[in-house]
Amino acid sequence: MLSVVRSKVRAGLRCGAAVALTALLLSAGAPAFAGQQPPRTTAAQEGFVPVDELPPEDRLPAAPLLVAAYAIAWVAILAYVWSVWRRLGRVEQELAALGRRAGTGARPGAGE
Amino acid sequence: MNRLFPVLSVVVAAMFAYAPVMIANAPYESTMGLIQKIFYFHVPVALTMFLAAFVCGIASGVFLFGRRRAADRVAVAAAELVALLGLIVLTSGPLWARKAWGIWWDWDARLTSTLVLWLMFLAYLLLRRYGGPGSERLAAGVALFGMFNVPFVYWSVEFWRTLHPKTSVLPTLQPGMRGPLWFCFAAFLGLFVLLMAARVRLERRRAELEELYLALED
Repeated sequence: MLSVVRSKVRAGLRCGAAVALTALLLSAGAPAFAGQQPPRTTAAQEGFVPVDELPPEDRLPAAPLLVAAYAIAWVAILAYVWSVWRRLGRVEQELAALGRRAGTGARPGAGE
Repeated sequence: MNRLFPVLSVVVAAMFAYAPVMIANAPYESTMGLIQKIFYFHVPVALTMFLAAFVCGIASGVFLFGRRRAADRVAVAAAELVALLGLIVLTSGPLWARKAWGIWWDWDARLTSTLVLWLMFLAYLLLRRYGGPGSERLAAGVALFGMFNVPFVYWSVEFWRTLHPKTSVLPTLQPGMRGPLWFCFAAFLGLFVLLMAARVRLERRRAELEELYLALED
């Protein structure tokens, strides 16, 4: 009879130890499971972030780049037009001066 | 050309005045948004640059093999326009890339070959300026190589994997984007004709000046 009681106590202790061990393992593994959860997203799910609060490297407005592209194009074209006009004017002046010297009176646009 | 010049100037000026309206009304591209509007100057300028390179190359060929001075004058004028238009392409492109790709520049096939094309025509102009007597024939050879580089630049996006959009973008454009693009291209073609006319006239007058100096020395 005594041996039966002892064996039941041992079985109960084993069962309790198994439950305790399982609980311990589960509590130790919980953070690991928590780590496998989908990462918290910042994509406007839990709150909106104004664009001016973004770090500078994430903020790049298009307008200044667009304006710069068109401005550079026009500055380059106008500078070239001015350069051709100035060079042409200088040559025409020189031609007129030489024409007067030679007494031939070089006509502007001659040879066209 | 003397009579046409003022008329064409007015037409081209009016086209460039109206171009911003067309560009502003063009639809926004879905992924790039506002920055894609650089496209309406970047692509027409690039196409006009290719045309200028062809004009320079063909005129240089005529000068080299046909010994025609008039062709040489056309070649010099076109080479300057390649330099000007190349400068615009190579600055507007990186400004677009900074927003669209996150980088200013990438050494991919299209960008690098465009830079090489531009440098070839700068070399042409430097040869003409500092090469001394006979340099015009050497420069004409450089211009021929530059011209042969143009198809290479154009199809580079098909031959290699690049960041740059492919040539299929143009034929598949939406009607709302197609109109402003070809309108701007027509405006740049008009500007090209005007600048060529003015620059060729400058070369012709310089030649007359040289002849006059020689006549006076005699």
